[in-house]
Amino acid sequence: MAATLSHRPSKASLMKAVLAITGKDLAAEFRSREIFSAMLVFSLLVILIFNFALELDIATRQSVTAGVLWVTFAFAGTLGLNRSMAVEKDRGCLDGLLLAPVDRSAIYFGKVLSNLVFMLIVEVIVLPVYAFLYNVNLFNVGLLLVILLGSIGYTAVGTLLASMAIQARTRDVLLPILLFPVAVPVLIAAVKASEGFLAANDFSTIYAPLSLLIGYDVIFIAIAYMVFDYVVEE
Amino acid sequence: MRSKPLTLKILDIASLLALAVATYLALIYAPEEATMGQVQRVFYFHIGTAWTGLLGFVFAAGLGVVYLIKQDLKWDIAEVAAVEISAVFFFITILLGSIWARPIWNTWWTWDPRLTTAAITELIYAAYFMLREGIEDPDRRARFGAVYTLVGGLSAPITFFSIRLFRTIHPVVIGSGDPGATGAFAMTSGMLLAFFFALFTFTLIFVDLFWNRVRMGQLAAKVEQLKINLMH
Repeated sequence: MAATLSHRPSKASLMKAVLAITGKDLAAEFRSREIFSAMLVFSLLVILIFNFALELDIATRQSVTAGVLWVTFAFAGTLGLNRSMAVEKDRGCLDGLLLAPVDRSAIYFGKVLSNLVFMLIVEVIVLPVYAFLYNVNLFNVGLLLVILLGSIGYTAVGTLLASMAIQARTRDVLLPILLFPVAVPVLIAAVKASEGFLAANDFSTIYAPLSLLIGYDVIFIAIAYMVFDYVVEE
Repeated sequence: MRSKPLTLKILDIASLLALAVATYLALIYAPEEATMGQVQRVFYFHIGTAWTGLLGFVFAAGLGVVYLIKQDLKWDIAEVAAVEISAVFFFITILLGSIWARPIWNTWWTWDPRLTTAAITELIYAAYFMLREGIEDPDRRARFGAVYTLVGGLSAPITFFSIRLFRTIHPVVIGSGDPGATGAFAMTSGMLLAFFFALFTFTLIFVDLFWNRVRMGQLAAKVEQLKINLMH
């Protein structure tokens, strides 16, 4: 009886395992800063390139800000996702994690949480920089909510696909190819909702993309939770 | 492996005959549409291929789930077959749609929900094959393939709804029509016959190709096994 009970970890111990994995990632990242600095510098470069590619004058800025921001986040996101899983694979840490007596889903949620934190930190820095460079006010509670929801969906699918991509021969190029076509709904809904909040549109027009974002987050977290076992299985 | 089963041979011939009849019905038998003219005849095969393409994709996601539960490689062979055939059918759908759209919408392509979803679905298929390409271990390849068809199969309809947030001009021929759609029409009985026969034909062709492709996959697996046996 005791053996079967210990086999099924309680909610509290699952939570502890998730936080332990996230804590490990954040501690490692805090020391090396390799993922975070790559994502940040890359984001700033993308914004700079957009400036010349789109000729961001005042009139265009109003209409393309949401799109430019989300393309930047998506690109920087794949960089971080790939790196955070590749580090585990290269140093054999993934095997160690898999041997640990925790539920596999704890590994998944732990990685999602740390990837989400990386993405959010980058976003928190990119937003004021963008606001400063292009003189638009991006401090908007609605926009921040959309960014949070969009990042959750993006990292939920991204973590699952990154753990597949790093096990393939073509791993460096594979993640964006796998991720972008299935992340299209998140990007469309997020851009639509961000645009709505930035233009201070009526909430009834923002309601649809916002609920789509929440729906996507729920569906894909559930699916990834169910199939993650098959992805890391040896 | 036995030689090709008789039922499959009959099915091969039946699908060829059905394709000939469907072509006759679509190009000659069905009446000419009043406003769009001859180009409307593309519609019969457009819907036929779209139907099998989408059905095949859903079917593949289902086979993926079965594989994940049973962990038997025969389900993986079936899944690859379904994805491969629907990828080709779906590509034909897009090509035929473009041919129709050029005179009716005055453009080869527009970012309408259906068109965009179709394009993204083709990209998901492409990503699926690239993922499989990069993995040598057959069990892992099968697992990843199954997971990806499942994720792709779920995201494709959500993509469709997310683009619905924008306006559409794609006509809805079956069911209620959108007043904003350009190129909608009502079907007469002759058109309905050609339409349903095309649906039947492409379903038949799908089944036939699927069976052949599964057989080919099994033979390939057998060859692989013989090669390994030889090396040891």
